[in-house]
Amino acid sequence: MSDAGKSLALHLGLLALLFALQFVLPAYHHGNLSRIMVLATYAIGYNLLFGYTGLLSLGHAMFFAAGMYGMGLTIRHLGLSPGPALLIGVLSGLALSAAVGALALRTAGVAFMIVTLMFAQAGYLIILYFGDWTRGDEGFVIQQAQRVLWGIDLSQPTARYFAAWTLFATCLILSLRLIRHPFGKTLIAIRENEDRARMLGYDTFRHKLGAVVLSGTISAAAGAAYGLLFGYAGASFATVQYSILPLLWVLLGGAGTLIGPFLGTLFTFYLIDIASGLTTAYMLVVGVVLVLITLFARQGIGGEIRARVWAWLP
Amino acid sequence: MEGNVEAMEFGPYLMLASLEGAVTAAVLALTAVGLSLVFGVMRVVNVAHGEFFMLGAVLAWAVASAVGGPPALGFLAALLVAPIAVGLIAAAADMTILKRVEYDPERTIVVTIGLLYIIQQATLMTYGPEARPVEPPFNARLALPWITWDGGPRLYWPWGLSTTTYKLAVIGAAVAVLLGVWLLMTRTKIGLIMRATQLDREMAQAFGIPVERIYALVFGLGAGLAALGAVLIVPIQQAHYLMGGDPLLLSFIVVIIGGLGSLPGTVVAAILIGMSDGIISVFFTPTLAKILATLLVALVLVFRPQGLFGARPA
Repeated sequence: MSDAGKSLALHLGLLALLFALQFVLPAYHHGNLSRIMVLATYAIGYNLLFGYTGLLSLGHAMFFAAGMYGMGLTIRHLGLSPGPALLIGVLSGLALSAAVGALALRTAGVAFMIVTLMFAQAGYLIILYFGDWTRGDEGFVIQQAQRVLWGIDLSQPTARYFAAWTLFATCLILSLRLIRHPFGKTLIAIRENEDRARMLGYDTFRHKLGAVVLSGTISAAAGAAYGLLFGYAGASFATVQYSILPLLWVLLGGAGTLIGPFLGTLFTFYLIDIASGLTTAYMLVVGVVLVLITLFARQGIGGEIRARVWAWLP
Repeated sequence: MEGNVEAMEFGPYLMLASLEGAVTAAVLALTAVGLSLVFGVMRVVNVAHGEFFMLGAVLAWAVASAVGGPPALGFLAALLVAPIAVGLIAAAADMTILKRVEYDPERTIVVTIGLLYIIQQATLMTYGPEARPVEPPFNARLALPWITWDGGPRLYWPWGLSTTTYKLAVIGAAVAVLLGVWLLMTRTKIGLIMRATQLDREMAQAFGIPVERIYALVFGLGAGLAALGAVLIVPIQQAHYLMGGDPLLLSFIVVIIGGLGSLPGTVVAAILIGMSDGIISVFFTPTLAKILATLLVALVLVFRPQGLFGARPA
């Protein structure tokens, strides 16, 4: 089997496994896996920029929150139905990432990290500032009646699982196509050596901007879906912590691997789940894992698999 | 206090806001100079800087309550012990963690994010979620006069326009310590060695300067300055495990506005930001002031990366 065939078989196999799991999992893990698939979609978006383009953003929570609030606020205040509201959420992320990307990409390296961090912090504060509409830290619940999409009640566990799976599958296959496409290959070239890519005649700024917009839009789609599926939007999703988490998921799962974001999200979710049963200081786990990966396993799980077992892992 | 402010005229109120701003500026200058020193000499951004600040405040409480006796004795002990202890912890973190990531700028940010959560959550596990005060060594109230025109200039004592001896002492102490840092950097051999390392790390190494030990020293010194600022402020604010966030954000703002790595620029920016923090809050709500400040920083980094006061390109 060719390498491309193997990777297609692996990813379709993962999707088939996830699809089948909904029939056997107990309710608790069933709900968890729905969340993990939506969050892994967020990680896929983050990975496109960090893993494949080599740009480390510390502000992706603003895109996730743009999707969540673009969806939630239009349902809450304009009485939109979930379909158009989801679309507005995704478009909010697209517009925000285009604007932020156009500014932030004038910087590089550490300055890019700090600029994205500052924009995200401003975004979080803006949500708090307009507390009359957003209800700030407290957030707001999206009622069950407002979560019926094309006659499907998304608050029902099975429908929710299937919706999360659809979103995850779409974004996974989309990114699999992307990295085989010349655009994706150019992004990888920019990650490896931006000067050389520019010298070869590629417009690196436009490619990087495209990567920021794609990454931000997928993150916003995940944010909008998260709000709709779990019926809640709150400012905590716009905090620095929600910018750090996708970084952690991708680092742990393996930056620049397609399967990495899912593996990292799955591991971290259960690690935090177990830790929060033991102590209120469960974020300690996040700190320890970040330090350990940076010191000892820079490639993450996916990278280790690629280095040791499957050299063809995309 | 707030009630009196309403009744106060604008002039005296502005003077009161400036005095409060000067205290903020003093502590901010110490904290930001610590961050700037680390960035200047080591070329790394320490995201855990705010947690070293927090650790200084929490240790100050621990030392002061362990010593007991008159407040002045406990405070003096805290002033000596807490910054040194925090400096040693930071130096140890440098030698065990930062050295191993070879001071790579991006990886350092990731491990110091990890360190941030470790320090913060470890404090939550041991010190707990309470906010605790430290008694000031002295705290006499000083009423302040204001000039009014009543046929001729006349001094009067507006009700509520006052400060405390302790607040004035904080400003004095910060000025003394900053002068000390300036003398250390410009007039001593160790300062010369630090500046040599800053200019050209490899050349310094070739001349037999133990660069690794200098890095540990600088990282410890930077964290110690943040801790010192925290010990000074803890009789006015209380020690809490989440108190590191605001100093980190403000220090970032100050260091960027002041020109990355420039100590005089950092001090000027700290005074500007600290004073305006008090005065701006007369006109804007604190959230709006923070939004404007974070956006300003992001735009400064995008359009003027050498800082508002830096002349040479960074």
